[in-house]
Amino acid sequence: MDLVGLLALGFAAGMAGGLLGVGGGILFVPALVIFAHESQLEAVATSLVAVVLMAVVGAWRQRGYGNVRLRDGLAIGLLSPLGVLVGVLLANAVPERALELSFAAVQLGFAWQLAGNAGLR
Amino acid sequence: MRLAAIATAAGVFSGLFGVGGGAIVVPLLVLWLGYEHREATGTSLTAIALIAAMAAAAHAAYGNVDLPNGLLIAAPAIAGVLAGTAIQQRISERAVAAAFVVLLVASAAVLVF
Repeated sequence: MDLVGLLALGFAAGMAGGLLGVGGGILFVPALVIFAHESQLEAVATSLVAVVLMAVVGAWRQRGYGNVRLRDGLAIGLLSPLGVLVGVLLANAVPERALELSFAAVQLGFAWQLAGNAGLR
Repeated sequence: MRLAAIATAAGVFSGLFGVGGGAIVVPLLVLWLGYEHREATGTSLTAIALIAAMAAAAHAAYGNVDLPNGLLIAAPAIAGVLAGTAIQQRISERAVAAAFVVLLVASAAVLVF
């Protein structure tokens, strides 16, 4: 195990969570695959432990700063399992490449709109 | 209603790609519900904690969770999130938005290439 790599990417994932409000799985998962030699499935499962702990601490801090609308956050969290089910069904029904490309398009669309929204373009 | 739509979209993304869905939740909170960026990130983390907890429980039931490694990588992540949230309060909303736009473009690039 490469402890330094694991700790560095873990820290980076936490920074992303604090700054950007994302779970950090995009960093945790490759870190666990590369530095702890886990399989992809194990890494996804294991990363969720870190995501939960990081997100709880981050949400608690953000609540202290007045940046959490608790009811909305809880509602989104509690209502998400239906979507997860749809996602898992889709993942098994649609070619992976099509999913990747369509999701990339959605992200670029969001980036364009957010940039306009914030007066960045 | 819009919250339910955001929740479903986050869930779909999570189920498809095995991540928490924050990259979907934050833009939708800003664009649909008129959230400020900081509020969107804080509220997103709250939702992610729940989504990831449910997903972790499901994975744990299949015996795929390596708890010692999860805790090992969570420790620096907690330090990171404390630093990240503290830094976020000291930069402008516009800078938070710009950083998020960069994240989305980078993530799209990773998906394509």
